[in-house]
Amino acid sequence: MSEAARIRLLLGGLALAVAALFVLSLLTGPAATGFADALAGLFAGDRGPLALIMREIRLPRAILAAAIGATLGLSGAALQGYLRNPLAEPGLLGIGAAASLGAVLAIYTGLAAALPLGLPLAALAGAVLAVIVVQALAGASANGLTIILAGVAVSSFAAAATSLALNLSPNPFAALEIVFWMLGSLNDRSMTHVWLSLPFMAAGWAMLAALARPLDMLTLGEPAARSIGVDMARVRFLAVFGTAASVGAATAVAGAIGFVGLVVPHVLRPLVGARPSRLLPASALGGAALLLAADIAVRLLAPGRDLKLGVLTALIGAPFFLWLVFRYRRTLT
Amino acid sequence: MSLLATDALSVVLAGRTVLDAVSLHVGPGECIGLIGPNGAGKSTLLKAVLGLIPARGGIALAGGDGRAMTARRRAEIAAYLPQEREVHWPVSVETLVGLARGYVRGPLAGPSPHDRALVAAAMQRMDVAALRARRATELSGGERARVLIARALAQDTPLLLADEPTAGLDPAHQIALMATFAALAREGRSVVACLHDIALAARWCTRIVVLDGGRLVADGPPGTVLEATLMRDVYGVEIHRSDGKDGLIVLPTALSGGHANDTERP
Repeated sequence: MSEAARIRLLLGGLALAVAALFVLSLLTGPAATGFADALAGLFAGDRGPLALIMREIRLPRAILAAAIGATLGLSGAALQGYLRNPLAEPGLLGIGAAASLGAVLAIYTGLAAALPLGLPLAALAGAVLAVIVVQALAGASANGLTIILAGVAVSSFAAAATSLALNLSPNPFAALEIVFWMLGSLNDRSMTHVWLSLPFMAAGWAMLAALARPLDMLTLGEPAARSIGVDMARVRFLAVFGTAASVGAATAVAGAIGFVGLVVPHVLRPLVGARPSRLLPASALGGAALLLAADIAVRLLAPGRDLKLGVLTALIGAPFFLWLVFRYRRTLT
Repeated sequence: MSLLATDALSVVLAGRTVLDAVSLHVGPGECIGLIGPNGAGKSTLLKAVLGLIPARGGIALAGGDGRAMTARRRAEIAAYLPQEREVHWPVSVETLVGLARGYVRGPLAGPSPHDRALVAAAMQRMDVAALRARRATELSGGERARVLIARALAQDTPLLLADEPTAGLDPAHQIALMATFAALAREGRSVVACLHDIALAARWCTRIVVLDGGRLVADGPPGTVLEATLMRDVYGVEIHRSDGKDGLIVLPTALSGGHANDTERP
């Protein structure tokens, strides 16, 4: 089988998995429904309880799981390619941490309770602020290392400010709400959340997808890539703002969900011949499939206990990271 | 017709003048050996010409203003082989060489037949066709160097700027590479190669340009430039030189000064 055919097969398989998991996600929940009934409820004109459950609860949840998973996988693959560092992940730029800080401040100040969309909007504002600070700190040089350092500075500060908000929390309920929100979840999200976040995520995807060709060329290192026509200032702009728009919006509606952006590109890289341009669509699909599966798992594993999505992805992700360490050690010996 | 012309090109890095008013003219069909001691500014000259580092002075590439042209247009005129042999992902050799064609139109689009032919020819020239399916990160140093030179050749440009292309190659591949450069020059293309191997430069280059302390100190045919006084002044070495049936042979033999007493002079 030729390489191109193998990639097509992989992408087709991943797309099928996403579609199957999407349907499965629609069928998963405390209200027992048959397959046919559930789908009928989704498309029926009436406003019965089943139609409400399907359209107002399960559909937004499934859409968000797929879109956020795709965001994390895609941005992880793009950042690893841009920084030429297999340990890069969306959290590296400090955008997730800053979005969390925005959300925490919204909870802390009561903005989240006063306005229905106060929390996600504050989180988005945090992400925007973070990306401006990272760009300003990194300066005019198009160097990947300065971006990482600026990202570390921003995430450390955002984490410290979040801790301060917890520390000074006026009542234990607010503190609990903050902690729970930060664990990451797709529980009780509505179509309003979808409409708020999807445009930003789609804009981010478009920017990151435009990186496909330059990322391939960066395999040769920055000087050689520039000599074959790569504009590094444009690459950096697309990588930073694409990540900010998509991951900022994802964090704003779902909280911090770790490890998907790190693990998915890693698993898929050998299957696409390590080519960054092919890793982008594969990681987007892989991330969507993984997050849909994880979101189904939290509902099946502990129904009624509201197991947080971010907790589950971290539980899967950390052992995988250990496995990476072992595998890396083997290649060195 | 000029492929490259610099006019008083100067580069200042961290307050130090690395390149000092270098004016160089490269026409078609030349194989130029850029020589000089470590830190003479050879790599800096190549990078400045390509706009990879900020520089003062004029840069003309194929008649156009090198500064005003887009990176893509520049890539059509000049190919560049950096001194650092970077390969960041374990992609196949063929994919890596193919990057020169920029043929990755989409994640799934393949190269055009013309691109394929250029990539195949470049791999053939550098004797890496047999490695096409290997992962580029798992090659030996010399193999990787040849693959990266093939990448630069596949760019199919009239001008090739190569930074120490022979480093890490065995003698057979060094000679094959220099013969390739000579063949490119016969096709009307030009090569500017930073070299440390004076013998290779003397034997294969049509012209030698000598940099010392950021200044251009000599420029001309190998037979004229590579003489004892210049080599002593620039490198501080004595040379053995012969002009036999195998062409010009210049071999550094000893350090100048107190060490040079036993040197045989031709």
